[in-house]
Parts: sequence; structure tokens; C-alpha cells
Amino acid sequence: MKILVAIKRVVDYNVRVQVKPDGSGVATDGVKMSINPFDEIAIEEALRIKEKGLADEVVVVTIGSNDSQQQLRTAMAMGADRSILVESGEAIQPLHAAQVLLKVIEAEQPGLVIMGKQAIDDDNNQTPQMLATLWNRPQATFVSELQFDGNNIKATREVDAGLQTIEVEMPAVISTDLRLNEPRFVKLPDIMKAKKKPLDVQAIGDLVSDPQGAAIEVLSYEPPQPRQKGIMVESVDELVNVLKEKGLVS
Amino acid sequence: MSAVLIVAEHNGNALNQSTAKVLTAAKQLGADKIDVVLFSGNSELASQIAYEGVNQVFAVNCSGDHDQLAASIAPTIAEMGKGYQYVWGPSTTFGKDVMPRVAALLGVNQISDIMEVIDAETFKRPIYAGNAVITVKTAAAHNVATVRTASFAADKTSGAAEVVNSDLATAASHTRFVELASGNSDRPDLQTAAKVISGGRGVGSEENFKIVYDLADKMGAAVGASRAAVDAGFVPNDMQVGQTGKIISPDLYMCFGISGAIQHLTGIKDAGTIVAINKDGDAPIFEVADIGLTGDLFTIIPELMEKL
Ligand SMILES: Cc1cc2nc3c(=O)[nH]c(=O)nc-3n(C[C@H](O)[C@H](O)[C@H](O)COP(=O)(O)OP(=O)(O)OC[C@H]3O[C@@H](n4cnc5c(N)ncnc54)[C@H](O)[C@@H]3O)c2cc1C
Ligand SMILES: Nc1ncnc2c1ncn2[C@@H]1O[C@H](COP(=O)(O)O)[C@@H](O)[C@H]1O
Repeated sequence: MKILVAIKRVVDYNVRVQVKPDGSGVATDGVKMSINPFDEIAIEEALRIKEKGLADEVVVVTIGSNDSQQQLRTAMAMGADRSILVESGEAIQPLHAAQVLLKVIEAEQPGLVIMGKQAIDDDNNQTPQMLATLWNRPQATFVSELQFDGNNIKATREVDAGLQTIEVEMPAVISTDLRLNEPRFVKLPDIMKAKKKPLDVQAIGDLVSDPQGAAIEVLSYEPPQPRQKGIMVESVDELVNVLKEKGLVS
Repeated sequence: MSAVLIVAEHNGNALNQSTAKVLTAAKQLGADKIDVVLFSGNSELASQIAYEGVNQVFAVNCSGDHDQLAASIAPTIAEMGKGYQYVWGPSTTFGKDVMPRVAALLGVNQISDIMEVIDAETFKRPIYAGNAVITVKTAAAHNVATVRTASFAADKTSGAAEVVNSDLATAASHTRFVELASGNSDRPDLQTAAKVISGGRGVGSEENFKIVYDLADKMGAAVGASRAAVDAGFVPNDMQVGQTGKIISPDLYMCFGISGAIQHLTGIKDAGTIVAINKDGDAPIFEVADIGLTGDLFTIIPELMEKL
């Protein structure tokens, strides 16, 4: 079985992004870029499935600018066998991404697709669900555990009420939550090895010539409403008094 | 004529409050008609959707727990949705799972986590874990969106809607519900509680969390936690507050031993009053706290128990 993992290059989660003063976007010049943390977990999971002997190839795909090659190299240094860059000069929206990924699925015929539950730049949390829909296959989103049983997967999902388990037939789309695994560190020799692994570049227009669905237009960016500066109290007595004054405790 | 279809959420016995919050947001659209669709094996649930301004409730009867499964219910929602300009659901794990499937079937991008309705086509939503807010506009024939529930108060009106019953005809055979393990507790629900007490890595262990629960019980509060506390196994995952956990807006949020990472703050920035207790006076949580107290939680909680 082949596993396809979709990853996105995003601003590293440790960077505190800031809105540009003119409201035209967020400042991303010169900031550290990384694999979306949920996607790193998706790569790790695919590798573990392969290491258990349940898959024979892990292929990583990203849609993005040419710079995204860096993230594909990192994925291959982690252990992915090969990768595909679908090159796009501009950022694309989830339905368009799902259409492109469907084309890659049609070419690669994976038995399983693993993705992150959300990209931490746009926080959309849509692409895996949309891909599963266009592919007409099941989805297991926000997954924290996977168990394989022949052609079925038991997936444990992190939901508001606790942990939900569903069973899906493969092929399926899985989206990862943070507790699924802890991604491995990349070692220097692996980085060298990854340089020799195949990285195929395709033009987005060759895969999907007319994106479906009107793009959602962004009119402006603004920083979040700051909270009012608070106070420091010196003792529990003082804390209790302030809470009483505010009517928050009786 | 513009119409809104709201996808209701429930737990099998009761309607989730998120439904009343989506309704509040939907009423700001100034649409001509608001209908609700509900998927459940429990026919009585539809009668709980009794708000002023709700025209019809489509109660779709489901068996075999298909009411929980996006792959089963999305095709029905999308088919109904063709007659609506807006198809909205809550930005809860239920809504996040199913609404993008509906959007894909209707051939549109979804607007995730609406936090403000500016006009019928323009909305605000957070990106980058809430570090930026964008104003977005869509003129698509169908506006499929999730509503960030912490940004809207629950609709408290009452009324009576016509209930239209049907049976689910789109149950997917490739996806089956197996079980739901919930950390059932008698404490107030984290997402709707007026007061939330939460603990982080600083609490140190599962055993130590008892004092956090004790304080919460004394105050009638729900209990939350940081991701570090969940990852360390102190508490179950459904207690996690933050970007990847629950977004909450209690009147009072008191946190003990939480440093204040941006991903945690995303979950609490709509809280009325944030109280932070941390032994490190430089912890970033103090930058957002309304009331801060530097000190050891193991001495402060017992003292609070005594004095509250
Ligand atoms: C993609 C992504 C998503 C994430 N999503 C979330 C999320 O949804 N929610 C979330 O919470 N985190 C999330 N995180 C993790 C987040 O970045 C932090 O790692 C996490 O919030 C830290 O938890 P903490 O504050 O409990 O632990 P720490 O940062 O370790 O802080 C512990 C604090 O306890 C204090 N302390 C220790 N002992 C005591 C004592 N005796 N008395 C008083 N204070 C004490 C310390 O001074 C310290 O400030 C996410 C991270 C990533 C990358
Ligand atoms: N440009 C992209 N290229 C490849 N995968 C993507 C891209 N955008 C999103 N994804 C995948 O879809 C997941 C959810 O993204 P989103 O719906 O944008 O929050 C991500 O974690 C990735 O796995």
C-alpha cells in the first residue's frame, strides 16, 4: 500500500506573527518557515505505518511556491520515499487544494491519505474533509490513534465530548490531531540522503485548469483587539476582594 | 429572498448550546427565513429548537448513530442547502468535521470560524491562532460557514417552529460509529460554564489535579487544562483549552500553573475576567491576565478554599 501525505509550508508556530501596519497582510518576510506541525505528525504516522510493514511507500505532496522544496526535503529526511511539488505562484484556497490533491490521488492511487487537521496559518480546517468528499471516500478527522484491521481502520478522534472511535474502509482520508504521535528529529546523515531522493515538480495549471468555487476574498487584516492591561495583586486576600468587588464570587 | 439553514448539534439527549449561538449570528444576516436541520434518532430533540424566528425544523431520523457521521449526513445537508443562500454550523468538532464536506458538495469554499457578521456578505474571522483577524467577503451562491461560538451569545428567545420529519437516505456504508468515550463528570460543561478553573503543567501530576477539582467544585466551576497537562496525562483530552482544544468564553477564567502560550490564549481571549496564578512573575500569562498573583499554586489554592 502507498500512503500519500499532504503537507503545507507555514510560518513556524514559534513565530509571533504580526499584522503589517497598513493592514495589507501579515509580516512574513524573513520569518522562519516550517512544515505545518499537524502535517509533521501526518508524515511521522505514515512512516510508522510503513515501519510496521503495513505500507511500502510514503509519498509527500505539497502545493506551494518553489520554496516549499525545503519542506519536502525535510519530509524526505524524516524518511518519506519521494515527493511532489505542485508549484503555485499564489496561495490557494481549500477547495482548489482539494481538487489538486484529488488529481495527485488519481495518478498515485494511494490506499491512505494522511493530512494535518488544520494549517496553522489560515486555520481553515477544511482541506482533508473536502478532499475526502471529492474523492467520495470516508474521512476520519482529528485523529489521535489508528488501528489497522485488514481493509478497515479504527480511528480514535478527539471530539468535544471526549474520544470518539469510528471505523472507516480504505482508501480513506485521515486528518491528524496533536496527540497522534511525536515526530522524530531529523539527523544530519538523513538530510544528506534526502538530497538524492526524487522530487517531482509539476505546474498547478497542468493538474487543475479551472478551480471550482469562488475564492473567499480577503478585504483587510487587523491585529486582534488587545485586552485591557490588568493588575497584579499581592495576596490571596486581595485577590478575593477584587473578585468580590467584580461580583464574580460571593 | 435569502434563507439560512442551520445545522443543529446535540448529544443524543439535549441540544448543544452552540445551536443557539449560531442562531444569534444568523439573525444578524437579516435573512428572510431561518430553518434548522437536525439529525437524530431521538424525535423529541426537534421540539427543543423552539426559538423566535425559526421557521421550520427538519428532523432527519437516523439509526445506527449516523447522526454523528459527516459522510452520512453531509449529502443530505448539501441537497437541502441548494435551496438556501446560507448553510451554517457551529465551529465545534462536530461542525468542523461536517461543514467542509457540505461546502465541497456545494462547490464552494467555507468561511471558518466567523467571529463577527459585518453585513450579509462580509465577515470577520481569526487566522494565525488569533494573532490576526481578517475581514472576508464572499458572493458565492451558497455561503457555507462555521460560527465561532465563543463570539456570540446564545439566543434566548422562545417560539414554536413547524417540525418536518424524514428519514436519512444518505447513510454511508464505508463509515461506522464504534463508540464514544467521554470523561463524564457532574461538573458544569466546559464550553458553557460561567466559571472555569484550569490547570497546566505546573500542577505536576494527575493526583495533584485533585486540588484544582476541589476548588472548582467549591466555586461551581468547570475544569479546563493546557495541552501540556493533557499530554502529560494529568487530565483527559476533552479538557484542553486553546487553539486545538476548546475555545471558551466564561465570565471568570482562573488558571494555575499555565505559562500563557499563544495557542492557549487563543482559547480564552473572550473570557470576561482572566485570573492567573503562576510562580514565575515573568510568565507571559500575566500580560493578558486581568488579575495576576505571583506565587505557588499549592499554597494559594488551599488559601482560596478557605477564604472563598
Ligand atoms: C500547533 C500547536 C497547537 C497547540 N494547541 C494548544 C492548545 O490548544 N492548548 C494549549 O494549552 N496548548 C497548545 N499548544 C501548546 C502550547 O504551545 C504550550 O506548550 C502549552 O500551552 C504549555 O502548557 P503549560 O502552560 O501548562 O506548560 P508550561 O509552558 O510548561 O508552563 C507551566 C507553568 O507553570 C508554572 N508553575 C510551575 N509550578 C508552579 C507552581 N507550583 N505554582 C504556580 N505555577 C507553577 C511555571 O512557572 C510555568 O509558567 C499547542 C502547540 C502547538 C505547536
Ligand atoms: N497547499 C497545500 N499543499 C498540500 N497540503 C495542504 C495545502 N493546504 C492544506 N493542506 C493540507 O490540508 C490540511 C488542512 O489545511 P487547511 O484546510 O488549510 O486548514 C493541512 O494540514 C495539509 O495537510
